[in-house]
Amino acid sequence: MSALDAAKEIDETALAPIVGGGGRGRLIARRFTRNRLGLFGLIVIVLLFLAAYLGPYLTHWQLTDIDFDNFQTGPSSAHWFGTTQTGQDMFVLTMRGAQKSLVIGLIGGPLTTAIAALVGSVAGYAGGWLDRALVWFIDVMLVMPSFLLLAILSPTFKGKTWLLFVVLLAAFAWMITARIVRSLTLSLKSREFVLAAKYMGVSAPRIILRHILPNMASLLIIDATISVAVTILGESGLSYFGFGIQPPDVSLGTLIGNGQDAVNTYPWLFMFPAGILILIILAVNFVGDGLRDALDPNAAGAKAKAKRKQRQTDEESLPGDTTVVEIAQ
Amino acid sequence: MTQVYQEPSLGPSGSGDAVLDVRDLSVLFPSEAGTVEAVRGVSYRLRRGEVLGIVGESGSGKSVSAMAVLGLLPDTAKVEGSIRLDGRELLGLHDDEMSKIRGKQMAMVFQDPLSALTPVYAIGTQIVEALQIHTEISKQAARARAIELLDMVGIPDPKRRVDAFPHEFSGGMRQRAMIAMAIANDPQVIIADEPTTALDVTIQAQILDVLKVAKEATGAAIVMITHDLGVVAGFADRVMVMYAGKPVETGTVDELYYTPRMPYTIGLLGSIPRVDEGVKHALVPIEGNPPSLVDLPPGCPFRARCPVAVPVCASVEPDLESATGEDHPSACHRRGELAAGTLTAAEVFPVPELPEPASARVPREQRPSVLELDDVHRHFPLTVGTVFKRRVGTVRAVDGISFDIRSGETLGLVGESGCGKTTTLLEILSLADPSQGSIAVFGKRTGGLRGSERKALRKDIQVVFQDPMAALDPRLPVFDILAEPLRAHRWAKEKIGPRVNELLRLVGLEVGHASRFASEFSGGQRQRIGIARALALDPKVVVLDEPVSALDVSIQAGVINLLDELKARLDLSYLFVAHDLSVVRHVADRIAVMYLGRIVEIGESASVFRRPSHPYTQALLSAIPVPDPHKERERRRILLDGDLPSPTNVPSGCRFRNRCPKFKTLSEGDQRRCVDEDPALTAQGPDHEAACHYASVLEVV
Ligand code: SF4
Ligand code: SF4
Repeated sequence: MSALDAAKEIDETALAPIVGGGGRGRLIARRFTRNRLGLFGLIVIVLLFLAAYLGPYLTHWQLTDIDFDNFQTGPSSAHWFGTTQTGQDMFVLTMRGAQKSLVIGLIGGPLTTAIAALVGSVAGYAGGWLDRALVWFIDVMLVMPSFLLLAILSPTFKGKTWLLFVVLLAAFAWMITARIVRSLTLSLKSREFVLAAKYMGVSAPRIILRHILPNMASLLIIDATISVAVTILGESGLSYFGFGIQPPDVSLGTLIGNGQDAVNTYPWLFMFPAGILILIILAVNFVGDGLRDALDPNAAGAKAKAKRKQRQTDEESLPGDTTVVEIAQ
Repeated sequence: MTQVYQEPSLGPSGSGDAVLDVRDLSVLFPSEAGTVEAVRGVSYRLRRGEVLGIVGESGSGKSVSAMAVLGLLPDTAKVEGSIRLDGRELLGLHDDEMSKIRGKQMAMVFQDPLSALTPVYAIGTQIVEALQIHTEISKQAARARAIELLDMVGIPDPKRRVDAFPHEFSGGMRQRAMIAMAIANDPQVIIADEPTTALDVTIQAQILDVLKVAKEATGAAIVMITHDLGVVAGFADRVMVMYAGKPVETGTVDELYYTPRMPYTIGLLGSIPRVDEGVKHALVPIEGNPPSLVDLPPGCPFRARCPVAVPVCASVEPDLESATGEDHPSACHRRGELAAGTLTAAEVFPVPELPEPASARVPREQRPSVLELDDVHRHFPLTVGTVFKRRVGTVRAVDGISFDIRSGETLGLVGESGCGKTTTLLEILSLADPSQGSIAVFGKRTGGLRGSERKALRKDIQVVFQDPMAALDPRLPVFDILAEPLRAHRWAKEKIGPRVNELLRLVGLEVGHASRFASEFSGGQRQRIGIARALALDPKVVVLDEPVSALDVSIQAGVINLLDELKARLDLSYLFVAHDLSVVRHVADRIAVMYLGRIVEIGESASVFRRPSHPYTQALLSAIPVPDPHKERERRRILLDGDLPSPTNVPSGCRFRNRCPKFKTLSEGDQRRCVDEDPALTAQGPDHEAACHYASVLEVV
């Protein structure tokens, strides 16, 4: 018997085939849907979007309506979340704020991480003058007083879409992560699987996309989920100083900022927007954890599953003397 | 040399002056998956000056049983049985009492001395400390004794070295220092756990020699734990083979090596690459992997890998018993047949046939050259300072090497760590212009290549790395790993799927495994994936960087045979880089031996092995242990002094001269030539060259 045939036979007993094939994309989707918490987070985010956009239609109050009978009253059947000092409906305000903040956070957070990943990995992988130039750029951006810059820039953007504002927020928040990504890239670059890809003729951008970045996925995902929260809160800070979302439009950040002083006296002004914000951040974290586990073949959940599978195959191959006898013959 | 005890060995019921007596030792570890039965009943008895070799693959329980004897297992482990040292029961002793015994009556030598030595104290201080803990001795006396000990284990200039720190020592030196520490208090038992595994062969030979010296100086009994049947062949008196937590065969070295009575031992002996046998024959692979020690199924644990299993093997686990009444028990239901000779070793594990590549029939000169190196150099600047870099020297990693590989041929590039073989390999694979000299692939010089040409050339030259785990992206399923080179070279999408399946089958894996991650496979299977990837683009040359050195011996043989079979079937050429001449003997047609950035001997494999002409090759060959006790005892080792010099500081003239055993025997006038003149490669025979002024044949195996 040739070595090959023997090997094949043994392998068949050692590992039972599992159904399904396909590349990484489908595998990750499959693994993600197996993760309960991640799936739950995803559903919460979808529900929040639905509530934020459809919720205001459930009540007849409009954003600009003022209820002259109710100034600063608590939650009631007429005003579910109560009213503000000026008689605006808190429910409508919160939902409107959630619309803005969801979009700002979910675009801004990943965008921040994406810029960091791009700059950091390119600098680390390319090395040489490109690396030096990019590191210098990162350092310059780090010492730049971003608030001041935003303040100076903001008149230029007045009247333009507020989405541009999200890009600006991201542009001032990526540097530290970029430095971490760069140093991780430097260590991954000398790993054999990266060398192997290089010697196979795989191009540098593909190596970065397929080998370098996925292998720091945990870091990037955690960074992105944190960035979501940071962006949402960062926006409120700027709005407070009069940039970004301006009245009569609102965001969760501005609502929280306004309600802060009334936490003890008129808690509904603070509680509802803050509650929604926490919900958003929690849901994003769950999704992040789920994604991380789906991407990482060694994640605890996936491992337990693999072990279970292994045990099954062991059991299957228990009546394995048939194969053994075959080999003997 | 080793003395063999002629008196009949102690049987299980015999009594006598045993210093260490282990009975029915078992170790259980609780784990998430269930209880791990790491050791399931080990018994042995050691007398003064006796050496017991415990041999097994990773996970066989050999190290755990030693740790149990030393009392070094974590508290979660459940240890049962009996361990008597000089008649005193050790099991159940309090840790404080154990510490008094450890280092005094019982000493240990570990695989990795760096972790066993405290990095912040000088070697001497640590030996002095070891002495003072256990005996009343003044500091001065202890220091004098430390110097004496260091001298005994062969550390040059011990008066100065006694104040050196562990990191200032090389691996071999550290292991010597560990042994010095172990024998400091004249122990009765020394337990050595894979003491030479991390070392190069020439250093391994030195350390084995030091262990013999240590044994003679202290009269201690030694338990030598190893995965390599070769290492203990010339050293041990008795050998115990372990598998799945249990001893499966024990006996005197001669009995065990010449008349093995357990298929696993037979397989292990057949799977070891040997330097002393006829050139190029297939190794015997033991397919499959050792069983998991959680929920072991009933029956013989070796059943799934045993080619001669009978139905009873599935239900009853064989005991360790002797077939004929003599003291050579084995755990196999068919031990009787094996002892009587009705079932021979060749029947148990038949040697597979190796196909001959078509191109091998054409004479070498007529075959085209696929890879040619001409006087390639690779020097790195050695700088100090971070802000203002100052060049203080040059690392001459590769210092002028030339060779060529013809189609259908395997060149084995052999050398110890630090000799520049990896640099050479990276230099070839980068397909760039070397700093000096030239590299040509299929006659095309890599120097002037344009980007697209270089990429096209990559198709033809591929690589398999040493550590299959590190070389496969842990984040990618096997399908993507194998599809990657195809995608990079723009294969049509619909052709990729079938090609991946074909590759999996080619290396003996299942098509259904494509959606798994590399971490779900065993070491041998991972290496098969690595090989499949290298073959994806139908290369003509494959560079193999120590492809089997990370694998267990029994798995190694399967991979080597696979490589041989693929080479014949696909008409490949290999550049096989290895630190071990014995592995290379089974695959290479030609061999190049590297030392400090140069090739010192190159030629046709049979010729180099049979008539090694360079003193370094001779030393390298003589250092490799062979799994044959008689031969081992008769062989004379050529021991080299010291370690490989640093490539920043290459000696003048012949770079081997400060370690060359021949140099010392030369007259002063002849020595001058070695000091002044750099020897060039000169012909020693047809297709056989050596770089030594005084090259002469010396048979060493
Ligand atoms: S007991 Fe059976 S399975 Fe085990 S080694 Fe002997 S013949 Fe093989
Ligand atoms: S040239 Fe001299 S020093 Fe060098 S290997 Fe030959 S004998 Fe030894």
